[in-house]
Amino acid sequence: MTATIEAPAVTMAPMTEPDSTPLALRTLSLAKRFGEVVAVDDVTLELPRGEFLGVLGPSGCGKTTLLRLVAGFERPDAGGIEIDGQAVSGPRRNVPPESRRIGMVFQESALFPHLDVGGNIAFGLPRRGRATRVAELVALVGLAGLQHRMPHELSGGQQQRVALARALAPDPALILFDEPFSSLDATLRSQLRGEVRDILRVAGATALFVTHDQGEALEISDRVAVMRAGRIEQISTPDELYLRPINRFVAGFVGEANLLPGEVRHGEVQTMVGRFRAAGDALADGTRAEVLLRPEQLHMLPVARLSSPPRPESVLTIVRRVFHGSEVHHVLRSETGLEIEAATPSSATLAVGTEVIAHARAKEVPVYPTGDDA
Amino acid sequence: MVTLASLRAAGTRPGARTPAPPAWLVGAGVLVAMLGLLPIAYLLILAGTSEDATSLVLRDRTLGVLGRTLLLAAIVTSASVLIGVPVAWLTARSDLPGRRWWTIITLLPLVVPSYVGGYAVVAAFGPRGALQSLLEPFGVERLPDLYGLPGAALALTLFSFPYVVLSVRATLLRLDPAFEEVSRSLGRGPWRTFLTVTLPQLRPAITSGALLVALYSLADFGAVSLLQFDSFTRAIYVQYRASFDPTLAAVLALMLVACTAGVLLAESRLRGRGRYHRSGGGSSRPATPVRLGAWRWPALVFLGLVVGLAVVVPVGTIGFWLARGVSVGESFATVWGPTLNSVLASGLAAVLAVLASIPVAVLAVRHRGALAALVERATYAGFALPGIVIGLAFVFVAARYLPFVYQTLPLLLVAYLVRFVPEAVGVTRASLLQVSPRLEEVARTLGRSPARVLREVTLPIIRPGLAAGGALVFLTAMKELPTTILLAPTGFDTLAVRIWSATSEGFFARAAPPALLMVVVAAGSLWFVLRQERSR
Repeated sequence: MTATIEAPAVTMAPMTEPDSTPLALRTLSLAKRFGEVVAVDDVTLELPRGEFLGVLGPSGCGKTTLLRLVAGFERPDAGGIEIDGQAVSGPRRNVPPESRRIGMVFQESALFPHLDVGGNIAFGLPRRGRATRVAELVALVGLAGLQHRMPHELSGGQQQRVALARALAPDPALILFDEPFSSLDATLRSQLRGEVRDILRVAGATALFVTHDQGEALEISDRVAVMRAGRIEQISTPDELYLRPINRFVAGFVGEANLLPGEVRHGEVQTMVGRFRAAGDALADGTRAEVLLRPEQLHMLPVARLSSPPRPESVLTIVRRVFHGSEVHHVLRSETGLEIEAATPSSATLAVGTEVIAHARAKEVPVYPTGDDA
Repeated sequence: MVTLASLRAAGTRPGARTPAPPAWLVGAGVLVAMLGLLPIAYLLILAGTSEDATSLVLRDRTLGVLGRTLLLAAIVTSASVLIGVPVAWLTARSDLPGRRWWTIITLLPLVVPSYVGGYAVVAAFGPRGALQSLLEPFGVERLPDLYGLPGAALALTLFSFPYVVLSVRATLLRLDPAFEEVSRSLGRGPWRTFLTVTLPQLRPAITSGALLVALYSLADFGAVSLLQFDSFTRAIYVQYRASFDPTLAAVLALMLVACTAGVLLAESRLRGRGRYHRSGGGSSRPATPVRLGAWRWPALVFLGLVVGLAVVVPVGTIGFWLARGVSVGESFATVWGPTLNSVLASGLAAVLAVLASIPVAVLAVRHRGALAALVERATYAGFALPGIVIGLAFVFVAARYLPFVYQTLPLLLVAYLVRFVPEAVGVTRASLLQVSPRLEEVARTLGRSPARVLREVTLPIIRPGLAAGGALVFLTAMKELPTTILLAPTGFDTLAVRIWSATSEGFFARAAPPALLMVVVAAGSLWFVLRQERSR
């Protein structure tokens, strides 16, 4: 008798060279306008199979239009779209949504109210093998036993999981999410995000999330594209986006940003909270520039505890405290009226009205020359 | 510090997305729209090709008809305002005993078809009506003649004043009582407050209700023909019966359409402004009911009189002639044929109207744009045209181009379709608006073509709405008289035609059973309307 050890049936997305990874989605110089409004402007992006891409931007930035172009609900004015290597949109080509092999999950779960959970999940499946596949998916999204419930008998989170199962069922090349968690309350939202991410990984799916919620985008995505006024400003991993935003807009949209004005001297930017080496290209001496410091990078020292009196222009006054639970954010105002934000653990908070000086430990920080448009 | 708010404000959301509709949908919608425009277009062609159309308009007889029609509309409208405003105030704002009951009972006449009203007036107060039979033991052989203007005005007023009640009551219930309270606190008594504060605020509602009454009396055929008053509708019918030359009938019909179009235009303008007036918004605090005190008794007498004439007399008259009919051996069996015909024609009309409403509503809701707006407006033409005009146009079209459909059920159904499709479109449109477009988009991504999405997702979801629209059309079509008279196949009597022809010939007892059934149908549609309003 031979003992066999069964390997766990977990499929991991294989890590391969970027060049050899087939693309689930490719857009080329995609453009769409509605009358005067340019909704999507020259958008080129590539989404390898198995990756989760978040598209983040303020409302009206064109992210939803981008999603609808990919889905085939809108026709681009210029540019092309390939899904799984097949051209679906182009100058002389427009594959209708039903033939694009995409799945879609909306903010409002959009379950068919006249069909039960099983009927919803089975909607996109061929008749053969339908029951098996539905059972698989019901189990995958953790709704076993609820197959015969009607949509209105489900909670918001359950509805979203059914919507996800329905989109996954036909094994689409790409799943599109349009603000999928916005209609849920905060606790449920973060819990469901984690679950959705796990389900998508197990299913080996490729996903495009559109959201205006930066926390959501950073948490769920492998890479995030930040959009503004129809254009993609930056596509990077979440860490990269937070630590090295390409311009002031991205800096301000992803996390909270302090932009401190200063002047370049000997390759370093001199600001009221210290001198910093500029990341990236060297700047000429005398250039005016702003450095990006995140609130948690700034540290406060009460003036009263200093051994020698500081220079008056570096003194800041705490004008407001915002309690965030584990952290407290302090809004500091300088003599000149500049406001910056510093975060401390709740245990080390200071009172409103305290005079402090601030300094930052970071040595190399993003620097944006003053006068650049972004 | 870069603020998130300032960044979020950047950029604007693109305007409403209107995907291009599929060709089959446009085709179906345009077909329905063209049917709706057919009657008016054909009448215009008919009048336009005739050399003496202008002289026909200016003939003494034509101008006489115009004058009589406008006079009737003016009398009915004024009388309806005089009755409707006090009724609305009493049921909405006073401490009258049994207010809820009075509210429903004073609205009931609204849904009674005018020819039943005409029948009630003739059969009750006519020279040989029920009143005369009751007075016969006292030697009354004949009551004074009430045919013509007095009878027509009485019948129309009794059955259209609830339009004024409806609109005025709605405004009274919504008015902020603070205005009146301020006026009282500034030293004005209840009467002066009503005249100087409440009444001016009611003016848009009164005008809008009055215009509906005017429209109703312009377009009515049943009451004026039974009471033999030569307004447009009756003149058109008489002209059509008397001669084979359709030109004069077409000219009369177009003049009538011009009158109704004028009223509709005034009404739509006023409605736009009326909404503006109402913009008080916020929480609505119900007003404290006004204590009537000793005024309660005259108020009750007034309401009693109104309800007596508009509800008790018709029902009593029907009862009286039913009993009289039974006593002389009149058979109830004669009513089954017309009932079956009515149910058949109305049922088919309901199905057709609902089917036709689908492409129009889908275009209007999902593919907003110039084309959709045009299609939707064209279908509403059926709403604006008096039934006699639609019937006449289809008679002419069929007689000239399609003699083989003339006086067949299909032609009657097409005319019904034109007349009632707006009602179905209204309900279908409202239910479509409740369906998120996201549902249809999800179905597309799951492999369904637009046509299959409509069949497998949209229509199943709005099925209750479609059924409601069908029921509404069914009830309305049951009551339809003028198009039925003009277009029904020979011998195809419906309940409406039976009531009308029996009354015309003075067979009051024979008209009673179908009239009773019609009152039941009317009560059904009132229940339906009230239910619709509550669910909104």
